This record gives sequence, structure tokens and C-alpha cells, in this order.
Amino acid sequence: MKILVCVKQVPDLETRFKINEAGDWFDEADVAFRMNEYDEFAVEEAVALKGKSGADSDLTVLSIGPDRVKETIKKALAMGADRGVHIQDGEAHRKGPAQIAAMIAAFARDKEFELVFMGLQSQDRGSAQVGPLVALDLGFNLLTTVVGFEYDAGQVTVRRELEGGLKAQVKTKAPVVITCQLGLNKPRYPTLPNIMKAKKKELLTIPAEELGAGDALTNIVKAAPPERKGAGVALTGDVADVADKLISMIREKTGLV
Amino acid sequence: MKALLIGESRKGKTLGSTYELAEFAKRMEAQSAMFIVDAEEDLPKYEGKLYLASAADCGELNPPVHAAMAVEAADKENADIVILSHSPYGWDLAPLIARALGAGQVSEVVEYQEGAFITPALNGKMRLFYKPSTARVVVTVQSGAFAPAAPPSGAPTVEKIAAPAAGDGVYEFVEFEEPEETGVALGKAKVVVSAGRGVGKVENIELVKKLAEALDGELGASRPVVDAGWVENGRQVGTSGKTVAPKLYVACGISGAAQHIAGMKGSEFIVAINTDPEAPITEVAHVTAQVDLKQLIPALLEKLKG
Ligand SMILES: Cc1cc2nc3c(=O)[nH]c(=O)nc-3n(C[C@H](O)[C@H](O)[C@H](O)COP(=O)(O)OP(=O)(O)OC[C@H]3O[C@@H](n4cnc5c(N)ncnc54)[C@H](O)[C@@H]3O)c2cc1C
Repeated sequence: MKILVCVKQVPDLETRFKINEAGDWFDEADVAFRMNEYDEFAVEEAVALKGKSGADSDLTVLSIGPDRVKETIKKALAMGADRGVHIQDGEAHRKGPAQIAAMIAAFARDKEFELVFMGLQSQDRGSAQVGPLVALDLGFNLLTTVVGFEYDAGQVTVRRELEGGLKAQVKTKAPVVITCQLGLNKPRYPTLPNIMKAKKKELLTIPAEELGAGDALTNIVKAAPPERKGAGVALTGDVADVADKLISMIREKTGLV
Repeated sequence: MKALLIGESRKGKTLGSTYELAEFAKRMEAQSAMFIVDAEEDLPKYEGKLYLASAADCGELNPPVHAAMAVEAADKENADIVILSHSPYGWDLAPLIARALGAGQVSEVVEYQEGAFITPALNGKMRLFYKPSTARVVVTVQSGAFAPAAPPSGAPTVEKIAAPAAGDGVYEFVEFEEPEETGVALGKAKVVVSAGRGVGKVENIELVKKLAEALDGELGASRPVVDAGWVENGRQVGTSGKTVAPKLYVACGISGAAQHIAGMKGSEFIVAINTDPEAPITEVAHVTAQVDLKQLIPALLEKLKG
């Protein structure tokens, strides 16, 4: 069985972001990057399924972006993916979800994947569109917001999240795109021996131009800082002072302490 | 401008988020009609044309079938824009509708300004202004961003819409699973002190718990902390957990993602303990202690004792 898992590299969200020169995204200088959290659940689920389904299963991990995204691919390889595919694209941040999906589908088409796992959304842009659009492009079935997954001979049964803690059990048939929600499983940490082993795994690079993204359906015309509407007080400095001030504010405002 | 709103219902009841779609259309000064799959006894309170499909006929959850009917309604209405909630139902349907209409999609819209749809990015640390390059556009709107000013009213003019045949085995709904009853009375607590991923490790939950006890309150948590099994299920605050509105809410190491804020922003006094001065929680917090929670909480406990 062939499985594909798609991962995105995203910036650490505790960064103090500055807007880039083009005015359409953030300036990458001094920013640390990591694997999109939702994708960690996708990789874990794919690796766990591969473990259960035996030696003839093959797990490919794919990521689109500049050369730095190879680090994220290597993390997925160290978690247990068999081979990596880097779609090299220095302009990926200017592409819309339909274009990203088109590139993934162009790679995956005719490769006989049974299952495609991805995160429900990315933490940086959060469109939640790429998974559904890949399913449309490939003519696969689609299950989103998945918090429980079972596979049995082409039959897929999931628990998918709805609103307010409500969930639903849904079934479909492979081939299928699964978008993974937080809490689907407990993503493993790569161990040192597995990190070493990952270095020897195949990592194929494909220039984005070879895959064809098509035209953008939406464009970012401007990036701006958040509107700071909140008028909250900030307490900084010596911890004992901060504690004193905080307690007196709570006392004054709530009368509780 | 003509808009088609895609309403949502669950178990035969129209969801409140449906009315936010109408509010958004109003702010865009668009003329609107609505499509919903619902129980015929519970129609949305909406003044206008309603394309109604019966949930009993086509299933309450069946994205490909629902999307096909929504597209039919969009074409009948000649809609320039199709508006859905940025919710699990919206995530399923919006891309299918956009693809069928040849439309671009903008997700999680919080504002419309001079032809641009504004969405948050980077966990609320940036705003992106999007313009579609397609003739029609599909948007999903953030829940809570367009709360109607007045309670919804009106009776729709109904046009029934019939479900197309569902593909065999494409999407088989089996059953709903209710959230488990845990007996934690988070919603009634006067004080809620919540732990987020910023606590770093499970051992530090104890610190937050002690602070909750010292303030005579309940322990709450953000989702990753519950997912990791550090805090029990019934204590999660947010859209997929509980909504709370205590007199005092203390967020310890919680960044303030939209889904968390939606569950606690009604609290009377909000305290954040967060080392990141730009964390989005600072937007709703009345006071933010910008220090390490592992140092501050022991200091607070010491002073609260004395
Ligand atoms: C459909 C859906 C539903 C969701 N439902 C919910 C929900 O109900 N509830 C919910 O909470 N989330 C929910 N989420 C997840 C949400 O998007 C965020 O991922 C989550 O809220 C982040 O949790 P956090 O703030 O604890 O972690 P993070 O975002 O990782 O934030 C950790 C924070 O801790 C701070 N910090 C780190 N170290 C320290 C320190 N030593 N001292 C002080 N501060 C420190 C950091 O600056 C950071 O701001 C949902 C997501 C989706 C897609």
C-alpha cells in the first residue's frame, strides 16, 4: 500500500514578526521554523498505519517550499517515513491554496496512493483548503477534521470533529484524503538512531516549475500588523513586584482576594 | 452584489452561526438568499429567500451532496459571493462549492474593507488582505466576528431543493458521538485558572492547580494540554470544549488562539501570564504579566498565603 503525507514548514509562532519588504508576508530574518503542528499528527498516523500494514507499504513525505523545508522532511523521515520529496519553490508563500494543491496533485497523480494524510490546516495561514482541493484534483474521497482513524482493506472509518465537542463517525473508501485535527494521536519524537537512519533515506528534489501550479485564484494585496484594540496593562520586571501588582489589581477589580 | 449564505443545522436545529452569515452580508451591503439543509419544522429566522433541503432526505452530514445543492442555489441566485462559517461544516463544503463555481476562496474572514477580505494569520499576529482574481468568490467567516446586533427575526420564503443521488460509499454517516459528561462544573465557577502549553511539562500543571485552589477556583486548560492527557477532558476551554464567563479568568502560558478566546472572552476580569508580549491573549487580557509562569506562580502562592 502506498501512502502520502504532506507537511508544511511554518514559523515559530512565538516570534515577534516584522512585515517583509514586499509588504505581503513576514521577514524571515532570525525566524525559526518547525513542522506545522497539525501535520505532526498526519505523519504519526501514517507511520503507525505503515507499521500495522506490513513490509509492502511505502510512505512518502512531501513538502513544498525553499531549501529550509528539507529540515521538516527530515523530521518526518526520522519519525518513520520511507522517502522524501521536496518540491523546491522559493515563491511558495505567494501561492494560494489551489496552486499548492495543484502541485501536490501533479506529483501524486498516477502514483497509486491509497491514502493521503495532511494537517487540517496550517498554523500560519490556516486556509483549511489544501486537503479538500487535493482530493478534488485527484478524484479521491475526502474526510476532514479527523480525530480517530481506522483502515481495513480499503475501507476507512473515522471519527471527525464537529462543533462544541460533538463528533461523528463516518465511513468512506480509499483512495482518500484525510485531514488531521489536533489530538488524533500522540506524535512520536524522533530518536537519535532514527535521526541518523533518516540521513540515508532518499530525498528527491523536484523544481516547482516542473509541476505547474496554474493561476492564483486569490491574491494577498497587503499584510498588516494586528489592530491593537486591547487596552490591557502590561506588568514586566522583577517577579516579586509583578506578583504584588497583580494581586492588588485582582483585589481591586474583582474583590476576590 | 448578490450573496448566498450557507446556513448550518445540527440535529434539526439551526445553529446560531447561521445568523452571523447574514450579518456579514449586511456589512458588505450585499443582497442575500440562504441555503440550508435543515429540519422542515425549524426554519432559520430569516427575511428572504430560503433554499431548503430536507435533512431527513439527504442526511445531515454529506458534504458532496450538500455542496452540489448549494451550487445549484448559487446558480439560481446568480450569486457573486457564497458565504459559509469557518467551521468543520464550512471546511468540508467551501472548497467543493468554490471549485464548482470556478471561484477563489478566502478562509476565516474577520472584516471586509474596500474590496479586500481581511483574515488573521500567524495566530493573530498579522492580518492579510485578500482579493480574489475570479469573478465569483467563496468565503468562510470566523465565528463570532459578525455577531448580529439584534436577535434574528423574520420568516423566509421557502423554495425546496431536491438532493442529487449520493455516490456509493463516498460519505457514509454512521452516528454522532456526544461529548462525555465529566461532572466538572467549569461553567459555574467564579474563578477559572487555565494551563496552556506554556507550562512546558506535565509536572507544572500542579503549580497552576495550586493557584486555582488559592484563588478558590477551578482548573481549566487549553486544548493541547488536554490532548496530551495532562488535564482531564471536561476542563478544556474553547470552541471544542467549554465556554466560561467567570469573574476572574487567569490564562497561564496560553497564546490565545481564536478557538480558545471564543470560550473565555466573556469573563469579567482576564489575567494573562505570558512571556510573549505580542501573544494574541494580550488583546483580550485586562492585565498581562510578561514573566515566566514558573517563577511568577510560586511568588503569587507565597503572597496569597500570607
Ligand atoms: C477546530 C478547532 C477547535 C479547537 N478548539 C480549541 C479549544 O476548544 N480550546 C483551545 O484551547 N484550543 C482549541 N484549538 C486549538 C487552538 O487553535 C490552539 O492550537 C491552542 O489553543 C493553543 O494552545 P496554547 O495556547 O496552550 O499553546 P500555544 O499556542 O503553543 O501557546 C503557548 C503560550 O505559552 C507562552 N509561554 C511559553 N513559555 C512560557 C512561560 N515559561 N511562562 C509564560 N508563558 C509561556 C508562549 O508565549 C505562548 O503564547 C482548536 C483548534 C481547531 C482547529
